[in-house]
Amino acid sequence: MVDVFLWWIGAGVADEDLLTTLRAEVTRVFEVGARCWHGHERPLDSFDARRQQHSSTRILRWLLEARPRHSGKIVGLTDVDLFIPILTFVYGEAQLGGRAAVVSTARLASDNGFRLDRALLRERTMKEAIHEIGHTFGLIHCERRTCVMSRSVNLVQVDAKDHGLCPDCRRRYAELREQGHHEHE
Amino acid sequence: MSRERTRILIVDDEEIVRESLSAWLEKDGYTLATAPDGETALERIRGERWSILLVDLKMPGIDGLQVLEQARTLQPEAASVIMTAYATVDTAVEAMKLGAYDYLVKPFDPEELSLMIQKIVAQQALVRENVLLRKVLKREYRFRDLISKSPAMQAVFDLARTAARSSSTILILGESGTGKELLARAVHAESPRSQGPFVAVSCAALTETLLESELFGHEKGAFTGAVARRKGKFEMAQGGTLFLDEIGDISPKLQLDLLRVLEDRRFFRVGGSESVGVDARIIAATNKDLQKAVAEGTFREDLFYRLNVIPVHLPPLRDRIVDLPLLVEHFLEQLGAEMNRHVDEVSSEAMAALMAHSWPGNVRELRNVLERAIVVASGRVIQVADLGLRRPSAEGAGVGPLASLDEVEKHHIAVVLADCGGNISQAARTLGIDRATLYNKMKKYQLRKDGEPEPEEHLTT
Repeated sequence: MVDVFLWWIGAGVADEDLLTTLRAEVTRVFEVGARCWHGHERPLDSFDARRQQHSSTRILRWLLEARPRHSGKIVGLTDVDLFIPILTFVYGEAQLGGRAAVVSTARLASDNGFRLDRALLRERTMKEAIHEIGHTFGLIHCERRTCVMSRSVNLVQVDAKDHGLCPDCRRRYAELREQGHHEHE
Repeated sequence: MSRERTRILIVDDEEIVRESLSAWLEKDGYTLATAPDGETALERIRGERWSILLVDLKMPGIDGLQVLEQARTLQPEAASVIMTAYATVDTAVEAMKLGAYDYLVKPFDPEELSLMIQKIVAQQALVRENVLLRKVLKREYRFRDLISKSPAMQAVFDLARTAARSSSTILILGESGTGKELLARAVHAESPRSQGPFVAVSCAALTETLLESELFGHEKGAFTGAVARRKGKFEMAQGGTLFLDEIGDISPKLQLDLLRVLEDRRFFRVGGSESVGVDARIIAATNKDLQKAVAEGTFREDLFYRLNVIPVHLPPLRDRIVDLPLLVEHFLEQLGAEMNRHVDEVSSEAMAALMAHSWPGNVRELRNVLERAIVVASGRVIQVADLGLRRPSAEGAGVGPLASLDEVEKHHIAVVLADCGGNISQAARTLGIDRATLYNKMKKYQLRKDGEPEPEEHLTT
């Protein structure tokens, strides 16, 4: 069975309740083992001084190197603002059909300048984390707006999604598992 | 699924941009490819179909605007989006002028990029649906090789379909180039005689004697040179259809012969003494006003009534101009396949010019104009200059029917100069004279390069 390791790599203090709930949700949605990893290392070269943001691609590279050897997939959770070179920001990034994913709470935590309650932030972070983990299992974006695999480029779209896979994505996920897409050497 | 059919080409000299953008779009399920420069991009645009081109503006060698310009000709259906690191109004305006769908300033807002791609994909899906619907409609608009959606032509098709089931004589009336023979062939193909031959004779092309022999055949030795018995068109059409085109042009003697055949359903070969039975359906056609010819005494009234059992009037193209876009599409497809040269469409300016033309030669003239345009067009879109139509303004300022040779020459030179946009070499080539002669004639007729008259000099004392 594939183990998904959830690792808080943010600058602030980890939200343990979030990690615990997410671990249960990952197991429920993907029917795989999930663990919380408490490593103290942090990515050091991901900050881009010009953009004042962190490169999600560099974080993915770092996660692949720093991950525990026995982990199946590694998911970094952070509170820093992420970007990819061509976009102003991303909520997260994942290797399609790969091993690593990263999700940030930075843009999920505020709404028009108002601080959110923790429950809504956890809800959004869980959705985006499950979404990115879905990519590592080979799932692409879904056109159904309520499916967790639908693309979200704003918070309205994040809030419109459920935690789970729609029937089509569940079927696709089962096919991918049969084809062995979740296995790693 | 439109996402699977959507093929996106990312053209950027920065590897990191190509990689991050393709990784981001890949997760939407689109088919993606990248090109590191303009040259590679154009190669891929020439060789494969693309739905969306995301092109960086500043690249060494061929830049984004040049790629865009060529892509418009190579693949007009692909939506091009220019990517630029800094937005300047000039660049954006130039890109839009060259036909860009839009432009994006790097780095893009994810929502902006996502919405733009979704919009393009939705629009292209609509275009595809439209093409499908038009194909279905085109089937509705067709009667064999004839195509029309005008109510007048639809009525012609209905009448022809009904008439096809009988063996009655049909008289097709219409100007040259309206498709009289096509209609006759369609009636034959729809009739119970469709397995029999379709034999066409142009009555105006032959002398009286030749036509007689052509229609009825001749016996051996009937006249000098008749070395063997020869079947005429009536015999060749046995069991099928005989199409007598330009029936209004036959001589009084042949009119009488034809009348007899139609009445008796029998005829004699030239020089023959045995009559031969006729088992052919007769379809006659003319561009002449037969009723007027009857009134003037040049066409037999009894023959007219024999032929005019089911009269069908084919309207001229100018009276069914609504069909023009449909016919253009049909001919581009047909001629493109015949000439192995694929053209997608005509530009809106070219279509406006086609709609404004009076089409004295009807559908045949339209076909010829498009055939020429397909040959001379440099890209996959026919431009107004490719049509070789004379400008309406020049046509309107024509000379009268009793003009002198000099007036006719002056007018013609002015029209050609205007049509060539003042290009003297091209105008001289079109006129078939050398440039020096053209200059002399322009001086003689006081014409400017653009074909307009030189302003008169006002003398003051």
